[in-house]
Amino acid sequence: MLSVAESGAAAQADSAVDKDASETLRLVGIRKSYGVGTKAETEVLHGIDLTIKRGEFTALIGPSGSGKSTLLNMIGLLDRPTAGQLFITGVEAAGQSDAALTKLRANAVGFVFQFHNLLPAFTAQENVMLPLLAAHGRPNAQMQQRAAELIAAVGLADWATHLANDLSGGQQQRVAIARALVMQPALVLADEPTGNLDTQSADNIFDLLRRVNKDSGTSFLIVTHHPRLALRCDRIIEMTDGVIASDRGNVVS
Amino acid sequence: MNPLLPFEWILATRFMREGLMQTLLIVSGVALGVSVIVFISALIGGLQKDLFRRTLDYQAQIVIRPPKEVARSLFEVDASIIPATLLQPRAQRLRSVDQWQTVRTALLKMPEVEVVAPVVAGAGFVLRGNANKAVSITGMEPESYLRLIALDKQMKLGTANVGTNDILIGKELGLDLGVGLGDKLILQGQSKASVTLTVVGIFDFGNKDFNERQTYIALRTAQSLLNLPGGATSVELNISMPFDAEDIASSVRTQTGLDVESWIKLNSQFFTALQGQSMSNNIIRFFVGLTAALGIASVLVVSVVQKSKEIGILRATGTTRAQILRMFLLQGAVMGLLGSLVGSVAGWALLGAWRKVAVNEDGTPFFTIEFDPWLFLWAAIGATMVGTIAAVFPARTAARMDPAIAIRG
Repeated sequence: MLSVAESGAAAQADSAVDKDASETLRLVGIRKSYGVGTKAETEVLHGIDLTIKRGEFTALIGPSGSGKSTLLNMIGLLDRPTAGQLFITGVEAAGQSDAALTKLRANAVGFVFQFHNLLPAFTAQENVMLPLLAAHGRPNAQMQQRAAELIAAVGLADWATHLANDLSGGQQQRVAIARALVMQPALVLADEPTGNLDTQSADNIFDLLRRVNKDSGTSFLIVTHHPRLALRCDRIIEMTDGVIASDRGNVVS
Repeated sequence: MNPLLPFEWILATRFMREGLMQTLLIVSGVALGVSVIVFISALIGGLQKDLFRRTLDYQAQIVIRPPKEVARSLFEVDASIIPATLLQPRAQRLRSVDQWQTVRTALLKMPEVEVVAPVVAGAGFVLRGNANKAVSITGMEPESYLRLIALDKQMKLGTANVGTNDILIGKELGLDLGVGLGDKLILQGQSKASVTLTVVGIFDFGNKDFNERQTYIALRTAQSLLNLPGGATSVELNISMPFDAEDIASSVRTQTGLDVESWIKLNSQFFTALQGQSMSNNIIRFFVGLTAALGIASVLVVSVVQKSKEIGILRATGTTRAQILRMFLLQGAVMGLLGSLVGSVAGWALLGAWRKVAVNEDGTPFFTIEFDPWLFLWAAIGATMVGTIAAVFPARTAARMDPAIAIRG
């Protein structure tokens, strides 16, 4: 049903990003400290080594304050590590300018957050279009078509022209997923995408993510608090106190 | 989405529409400021033009006179010796500008010069019956002089076009002597020479003293009456740019060695007043502009805080810092531009109302209002620039926002 690969011409922005790289993500000794140079300097990530292969569907679990969100921000290039190396689709992130990182992020990474995912002044379809707009500068018919396809693929064809705020929480997350996929990223980062949804909606969203993963080979890294959902992933990484406590394949799946 | 609009424009217009109340408030604030500027500028501009016209219509812009006669010691004195001579300044007799025709030809060759008029001015008496009034006599050629001075605008009766046997007198002098149009009177010069002239025009400058004392006759008549055959006591001229009068006066002075005075020097008080007015106008503009800028800046600062999560999402989904920066600069510019457009219309309406209210008893306006279309253009450009500059600080704050914190916050 969901074919992310087709009509992807509008998303072809940067050839430097190899979306079919066998290693979607590689972290080597990632450390992150806050308040560097002050007395209050605290290290929240103590050397993370992690590799995610193409098409992996991974859960990231752990208690609050274990560094999950910080790690996700590093991987999403929203924040810079204090030390260590980070490769996304084989591209080294360290030492790049903010503009270059923004471009890399736009082409390689899609985000789904727990809250405040959408811009309320825009319709569902326009929200999906935003990454394309940011990359190309002006709207065109191809973008409209691509956004409409994705909106239909997440089951919201009838809601395409509604403002984001008129949608339910589950619908908003579906739009966010469509937006995360619009640039055909190699990796989708989801920070508790089902955190504020009821069980039924959460299951539906999870099914959707799983289906995209199967159909397009996009890698997923999903932070979740629900053990039930984590168990539906291929791989479960558990963090405690800024280190990876366990990293195991999921035998059930 | 309009395919013609760039991404930043789409974002800026959506954000402004989303915060419609804020946008409307600040646009009306800017509009109010712009309407005040438009109104005051038009008012002061009109006032100045009026004053300017009233001053320049009755005064030549540059007057050339023969150099003052000075007393010189008879002895060639060594600089080291102080002569025991009392030098009294000379009394200035009526003299002609030396070779004024040559001066006129030279002046007319200057591109800035519009009109040159020779004038013979002196003192005399008008006689009628037993009445005897001291008057100033101005002898002129109507074809040049009437282009220099708007005498014809002040004629109550008759014409300003004087012939050799004609005279123009003021309203009050006419009443004093009991003469009207077509009546004759005798004009006597200093040398007791006299001539009988016909009153062909009666003027009213709105100044009793002036009306009582001033008479205009033909240049030739004045020359013979004042014993200056072929002469001109002054050469007067107007130039295309009245405010360059001082520069042109000094260049004529160095070229001819004559005594040259510009209206700017003769009306220094008037100029001080004009400058003061312009300065107060500029101060008002500056502070209104500053207020508008602060208003726009504060609205945008609030907007950046309110929209921080959206900015975070935009950054996370590939929007660059430069795009965020431009988006907020645009909002400032658009608010300034919208405000100036609304304000221009409001200022226009205000001026229309003012014109109806501020009238004399006879229904004529107090003073003309200067309606300069450029003013609106400048207001629009100025307000757009002020808006853009005001947006610089909030836009930079937004662009530098840490997306990780913005999304979490």
